[in-house]
Amino acid sequence: MLEITNLTASAGEKDILKGINLSVNAGEVHAIMGPNGSGKSTLAQVLAGHPSYEVTGGTVRFEGEDLLELAPEERAHRGVFLAFQYPIEIPGVSNAYFLRSAYNAMRVARGGDEVDPMEFLDVMEEKLKIVEMDDAMLSRSVNMGFSGGEKKRNEILQMAVLEPKLAILDETDSGLDIDALRVVAEGVNKLRRPDNAAIVVTHYQRLLNYIVPDYVHVLAGGRIIRSGTRELALELEEKGYDWLLQEALA
Amino acid sequence: MTIPHWQAAFAARAGGDEPRWLAPLRQSAMASFAALGFPTRALEDWHYTSLSSIADVPYTIGSGASSTTVADLTPYMINADWPTIVLLNGRWSPALSSLDSLPGGVLVLDLATAWREQPAMVQQHLGTVAVSEHAMTSLNTALMQDGVVVVVAKDVVSNTPIHILHVADAAAEGAARFPRTLIIAERSSKVTLLESFVGLADVAYFTNHVAEVVVGDNATVNHMKIQRESESATHVSTTEVHQARDSHYVNFSMAMGATLSRTNVYTVLDGENCGATLNGLYLGKGTQHTDHQTRIEHAQPNCFSRELYKGVLDDASHAVFNGKVYVHPVAQKTDGKQSNHTLLLSPDARIDTKPQLEIFADDVKCTHGATVGRMDEAGLFYMKSRGVPSETARRLLTYAFAADVLETIENETVKHALEQLTLERYAGSAVHPVIVARKG
Ligand SMILES: Nc1ncnc2c1ncn2[C@@H]1O[C@H](COP(=O)(O)OP(=O)(O)OP(=O)(O)O)[C@@H](O)[C@H]1O
Ligand SMILES: [Mg+2]
Repeated sequence: MLEITNLTASAGEKDILKGINLSVNAGEVHAIMGPNGSGKSTLAQVLAGHPSYEVTGGTVRFEGEDLLELAPEERAHRGVFLAFQYPIEIPGVSNAYFLRSAYNAMRVARGGDEVDPMEFLDVMEEKLKIVEMDDAMLSRSVNMGFSGGEKKRNEILQMAVLEPKLAILDETDSGLDIDALRVVAEGVNKLRRPDNAAIVVTHYQRLLNYIVPDYVHVLAGGRIIRSGTRELALELEEKGYDWLLQEALA
Repeated sequence: MTIPHWQAAFAARAGGDEPRWLAPLRQSAMASFAALGFPTRALEDWHYTSLSSIADVPYTIGSGASSTTVADLTPYMINADWPTIVLLNGRWSPALSSLDSLPGGVLVLDLATAWREQPAMVQQHLGTVAVSEHAMTSLNTALMQDGVVVVVAKDVVSNTPIHILHVADAAAEGAARFPRTLIIAERSSKVTLLESFVGLADVAYFTNHVAEVVVGDNATVNHMKIQRESESATHVSTTEVHQARDSHYVNFSMAMGATLSRTNVYTVLDGENCGATLNGLYLGKGTQHTDHQTRIEHAQPNCFSRELYKGVLDDASHAVFNGKVYVHPVAQKTDGKQSNHTLLLSPDARIDTKPQLEIFADDVKCTHGATVGRMDEAGLFYMKSRGVPSETARRLLTYAFAADVLETIENETVKHALEQLTLERYAGSAVHPVIVARKG
């Protein structure tokens, strides 16, 4: 589904990604872990098409297509979704309208018709249940005054509405208490299907108890320095990253 | 040539059936205009806006026959059931106006009828509220030919807006008009007024409007203005307000038309426990120049004022916001808050924002803030990453920026009409107006 080869990227003068190789197949969950500042969010943002990052080399193919050639909205239409580490606040635009615009844009891009506000409410009713969210959240401005946990839930709500093929979750678990973590993780699990895949960026093994990964990768200094299975996450939880960094230098 | 042109126009007036007290008022106004001339940038209050572009234009006074019908005005009515006075090219048009739904206790008269039938009332107030030393106000007083007088009797509460629709059609080309509005809200009354300025044809003309508002003890006046003149027109409008104790004055100014516009809103809080709220929205495009000057004079203790102006400027448009707040030494416990926020959509658009607080009392709470920003790129990317096309996302964010000040409009119908106008400009017709998040 996703094939990243020798991807390098920079922001301004700073080289951040220094040759990423990663291959994700339908049905798989990949966890990406790694120290602060190692480039995890950069990778996620580059995949979503953030204009602040310049891809300086390598390729990314998504379902056979050159992902890097597509505009951010086209990537979304193809089924790429990024849950932001820091969701953006949009004053003045209601969450309901935001979600409906996104939902309709997606339908139109996929050759369907727009739904009217009443039909959309029916869609929402079911999606709100997935993230155990109150519909009062819909009439508020997007993410304005939302608590950290509410923002993360709202990201998963958007994911539920858009039903992506590839979901990239950037620290969706950070800062959540255990109940919120459970809701978010279960939301993600409910949306899993054999034909979709997820990349889960996290610092915490506890998330991986809920969303069980097929592969775990360690990103450090802009490179994947180690890949393994679930057990790698447990090992990292226990020992931290230093031993890996030492090995990588050696 | 400019001053002699207007002096000649003044001399040529047929003032035959006017009350005698009016003549000296007009004469001194004409003398004052002749001394001041059209404002130039040399004046502090006109630092960013000059009327020199029209100072030499030999505008005619009054327009020829026009064929505008009620049907032509339908798009501008907002609500056809409201009492509506149409001033067509500066003249009250009985055929286009309809006052059937006027509530009891509210008197609406044209200027000439008012000074014939309510001479004492008109003489007491006309020219006593709009007293700023402004050449344009003087010129209006000297040459005002028609207008609207609204008198709301004591204790009468009227929530249905009275709509004063100033229409310029093709016959307005090359003409100047000097409409005058006088609003008198007596003790404990409440009234809502909407003044619209619309241009039906893309012709050049000059509107120089003055409104005087007398807000009696414990009265409330809700006064809205929509300026959508022809994009070739020049528009100057001055609203001056006098507030007695326990009164409230609420003004909203929407400016989106004219090639050059200047809107002045001045209020004097001249009794204890008053409140004034002055809000507005300006939308500029092309090479439009849109200027607002507000002045809130706190002359007595324990009053509050609230001010929020927002603007969206595209292309090479230029806007000015100058908000003056003057707090007299006796006006202790004044609570004033002013903000001005502008979104620039193009590198060539420009805003000059100038808060001006002059505070002579020591126990007051006055704040002001101004921001000038560009499109929120983070918000834009966020929307695009959810599949919303770039152009739609841009329009949506622009609309949302502007719409939040429209939220402050109390009358739902007017609010929705202005939301719709803003939507049409920025969001395209495909967007449904429920996009605005309701507060609370
Ligand atoms: N737009 C940018 N401009 C300049 N530097 C940037 C930009 N974005 C990221 N960086 C830098 O690139 C490096 C990688 O940042 P990134 O956000 O990808 O790290 P991360 O692995 O997600 O870290 P964390 O675990 O703290 O979220 C950091 O040093 C960061 O400061
Ligand atoms: Mg990060």
